[in-house]
Amino acid sequence: MQVFPCPFCGPRNETEFHFAAEAGKVRPDTTQQIGDADWATYLHAQRNEKGTVREVWMHMTCAELFILERDSVTMDVLGSTALRKDAT
Amino acid sequence: MSGLRLESGGQIDRKRWLSFTFDGKAYSGFAGDTLASALLANGVRIVGRSFKYHRPRGVWSSWVDDPNAIMTVRLGDRELPNVSAATTLLEDGMELRAVNAWPNARYDVKGGLDLFHRFLGAGFYYKTFIWPDWHLFEPAIRKMAGLGPVNADVYDDYVSDQLNASCDTLVVGGGPAGLVAARTAAERGEAVWLVEDHASLGGSAAMLGHIDGTDHAAWVQAQEQAIEVADGRILKQTTAYGIYDHAMVGLLEKRGFAQPPRRYRLRAGRIIMATGALDRPITFGNNDLPGIMSLQGAADFMARYGVLPARKMIVMANNAAADQACAVLDQAGADLRHFAPSKTMSGFGSRGVEGVSIDGYKRTANAVLVSGGLTPLVHLWRHAGGKLDWCETRQAFLPGYGPKNMQAIGAANGTFEVDKAIAEGTAAGKGLSFERPSTSYTLTPLWPQPGSKGRQWIDFQHDVTLKDVEVAARENYVSVEHLKRYTTLGMAADQGKTANMAGLAAMATIQGRPIPEVGTTTFRPPFVPVPIEAFHGHHGKQLWHPVKRLPLEAEHRVMNGALREYGGWLRPGWYGNDDAELHIQAEALLARQTVALFDGSSLGKIAVMGPDAEAFVNFVYYNTIKTLKPGEMRYGLMLTERGIVKDDGVIARLGPDHFLISCSSSHTDSVRTHLEAWRQDGNDPDRIFIHDETQSWATLTVTGPRARDVVASLGLPLDIGAAALPHMTFQETQWNDHPLRIARVSFTGDLSFEISVPARQAPALWAVLHPSIKDHGGGLLGIEALSILRAEKGYIMIGKDTDGETMPHDLGFTVPRAKKTAAYLGDRSLHTAVANAPGRKQLVGLKVADGGAMIPTGAHIVLPGKSSSQGYVTSSYDSPYLGHPIALAIVTDGARRHGEAVEAWHDNRRLPVTICAPCVFDPTGEKLHA
Ligand SMILES: [Zn+2]
Repeated sequence: MQVFPCPFCGPRNETEFHFAAEAGKVRPDTTQQIGDADWATYLHAQRNEKGTVREVWMHMTCAELFILERDSVTMDVLGSTALRKDAT
Repeated sequence: MSGLRLESGGQIDRKRWLSFTFDGKAYSGFAGDTLASALLANGVRIVGRSFKYHRPRGVWSSWVDDPNAIMTVRLGDRELPNVSAATTLLEDGMELRAVNAWPNARYDVKGGLDLFHRFLGAGFYYKTFIWPDWHLFEPAIRKMAGLGPVNADVYDDYVSDQLNASCDTLVVGGGPAGLVAARTAAERGEAVWLVEDHASLGGSAAMLGHIDGTDHAAWVQAQEQAIEVADGRILKQTTAYGIYDHAMVGLLEKRGFAQPPRRYRLRAGRIIMATGALDRPITFGNNDLPGIMSLQGAADFMARYGVLPARKMIVMANNAAADQACAVLDQAGADLRHFAPSKTMSGFGSRGVEGVSIDGYKRTANAVLVSGGLTPLVHLWRHAGGKLDWCETRQAFLPGYGPKNMQAIGAANGTFEVDKAIAEGTAAGKGLSFERPSTSYTLTPLWPQPGSKGRQWIDFQHDVTLKDVEVAARENYVSVEHLKRYTTLGMAADQGKTANMAGLAAMATIQGRPIPEVGTTTFRPPFVPVPIEAFHGHHGKQLWHPVKRLPLEAEHRVMNGALREYGGWLRPGWYGNDDAELHIQAEALLARQTVALFDGSSLGKIAVMGPDAEAFVNFVYYNTIKTLKPGEMRYGLMLTERGIVKDDGVIARLGPDHFLISCSSSHTDSVRTHLEAWRQDGNDPDRIFIHDETQSWATLTVTGPRARDVVASLGLPLDIGAAALPHMTFQETQWNDHPLRIARVSFTGDLSFEISVPARQAPALWAVLHPSIKDHGGGLLGIEALSILRAEKGYIMIGKDTDGETMPHDLGFTVPRAKKTAAYLGDRSLHTAVANAPGRKQLVGLKVADGGAMIPTGAHIVLPGKSSSQGYVTSSYDSPYLGHPIALAIVTDGARRHGEAVEAWHDNRRLPVTICAPCVFDPTGEKLHA
């Protein structure tokens, strides 16, 4: 059982968290023309990197999203930051 | 005769007699015995049968490496299956039954199976499953497979405690190295936990005369006292069965047969692994005969329980560690005959071993003790992600590159000499790193010889022989992971503790590769079998999934509400406790004829507020919301970014910057987090606020032709006429000195009012509306009857009448897709090739012929006489108001097939049905707008 640090609540068991998305994905402006391939990339393509990853997680008990940096091989947690405008 | 108890020696209490039975026969043992030591002391040689061939099996070893002695045990009115005889303490009055043996272990009628062994070789199950037809074999295999039947009794009081704990230093294993490590760390002021799976500390110390010049028992006692004085915590009968992510250690503490084991989730700052080592079998002909045992196991039986397997025994060993074990047995008066293992040797005997023929000479004995070399127990090291290195000297895998904050010491580290092990314990206790010392341990490599004659057993419980490994190699199952699954090698209850090294060494020899290149299979938790109850514990029923409760639960109970769980809420399915279907039909009919009262408090109520609220709700809804005026409501769909319908419901605009989203009762939590995710990611969270007020409000719905008359009885200070309060509008007012919201919104298709008050006002509201309903000839409406009414109207339930592919235009909601210009969730996905393709499943109604029966939900829609599915029935009811069955379905291109005759196919029955519009009640909406 991993322990993740919520920037608001501190270290908690992983069962309190939900993975939301890989960080850095930007929703295309859908009022403009978007090719099928670009949209499919946005929806489905995941980097799924080996090593250091940056992900968006939600702490379900406080409902706050944050960026979790961790190592996908060693499972080490490298840090977490709030996903507020001023924080990103 | 075989098996005897000595007058002295061991750690048992000879003053406390315990009586027990095995396969119906009475025996006795002593306090401190395990089931296995007691059976051995009573001369019981056959303790079970193997899994596949039903070969007789004797006790192989004294602890977790025994694959053979698996019992069903009864004590009092409690019976547990799959009990390991070697690791379970004997209690007075226990009734033991051998598993996989009928009528008992000595006379197994299935023993005849063994004659057919050539048909049951490696890959038997795989080959049987494909040729010629698995079903021919299934009944017989099912009958034979498994390790005993599970008792059908339910023990409600057998509930495992689960504890979360933490410490600075965890020491796993209470042998000499672990004791010293725990003592050293504790005396340095660290919070130390020491876990030992035996009932007493000491480990291999019991086999040593003296440690540090002190008698071994006194030495162990001194360490134990020192640890306790230093505030260390010692848990006996406790196994560290696994290390999980972020070094969470699973501990299982046995507490006797009557009490369920206790499970700890322990987080330790550092872990010292002092788990010891096990002896390996030697692979030779008939090496599975009862009476052929592990040498180290036999010495352990003597040292701990004062039991000798027999007086006259042959010893065959290839390693230096055998000397110590033999000394223990010698001292106990055993008559040991030593022979060097040879390639051509073979055991003989009928009911058990009677000797070994070596190089053509028959050597007789009552038991044969073998030792093929020590295998360090490195399971936890691997669980935690540590690497293993092959040691040529020790012919074993040793802990290599380690996980953070973890050290291996003593025999687990390949350090088999006690003085060196203690030195490692001291270093590790101080938190120092150290180099593995050189070893005086030597052995002559002795691995299975492929091509040898006779049946040579590698996995005793699962009957995997050397030939099976050869067959697997021949059929190209050469990876050890494939070998394991193809032959079931290492998949027995001991999880390969005896079999794996021999199996992979055999594969290495067959292929001419070095052992480290062949490698090991993955070490996965648990190290020993852990009862499922330990994971279940109190996580059941209400404690696992607490239901949400209505503010009016007491009122529903008074009215005989049949309270059931619906979408996480405890809600009245119907009222009345005898014939459910009768009540449901009557409620649905009365609601249509006069008026009914329904508790809608569980409907989600999520407020969205703030300066960016309008843009936000316009984005998260498929429908255009920004044109909604305060006081108005709109039905809308929420989509996922993939364009799939996620939820539906009504959104009300309470003010310019204030919206209230009413979502499905069962979807409230997921809608809330969905909204939160989009609020925080891509928006300024300081300009939008989301608040789930579902539980703060109670909602009662009055529906039916006479609904307005009932609502009038509240005497609200507002006009509730159709002109002043039209469909899809609401008003806020005060009632009983509290806020009240009245909305014209309908899930039945009839004139309906939803009246919401603060949850604590619910009983007062009920106290007025409920009598008024009765006065107007109406009644109560449960959720089951409501489901009929909404289906008559063609109103869907998301997730029931839709599936994971349903898009809004499949439900007939096409306008936003064509016209909405602002960006919204899922918008682009509604214009992909898949979204535009013909053949999408679309919502329809189904009509049956006059007098036709109800259509089963889930029935497939097929063309008459054909079998390929064109969709399926999602909702089906008898409509008391219409007097015939109704149904909703999603059907390929259904929207343009109204009037087409098809069939509903279910369970080999075909019902003729006609596709129609989903709405069969008040299609023009006159009643709705009344
Ligand atoms: Zn939090």
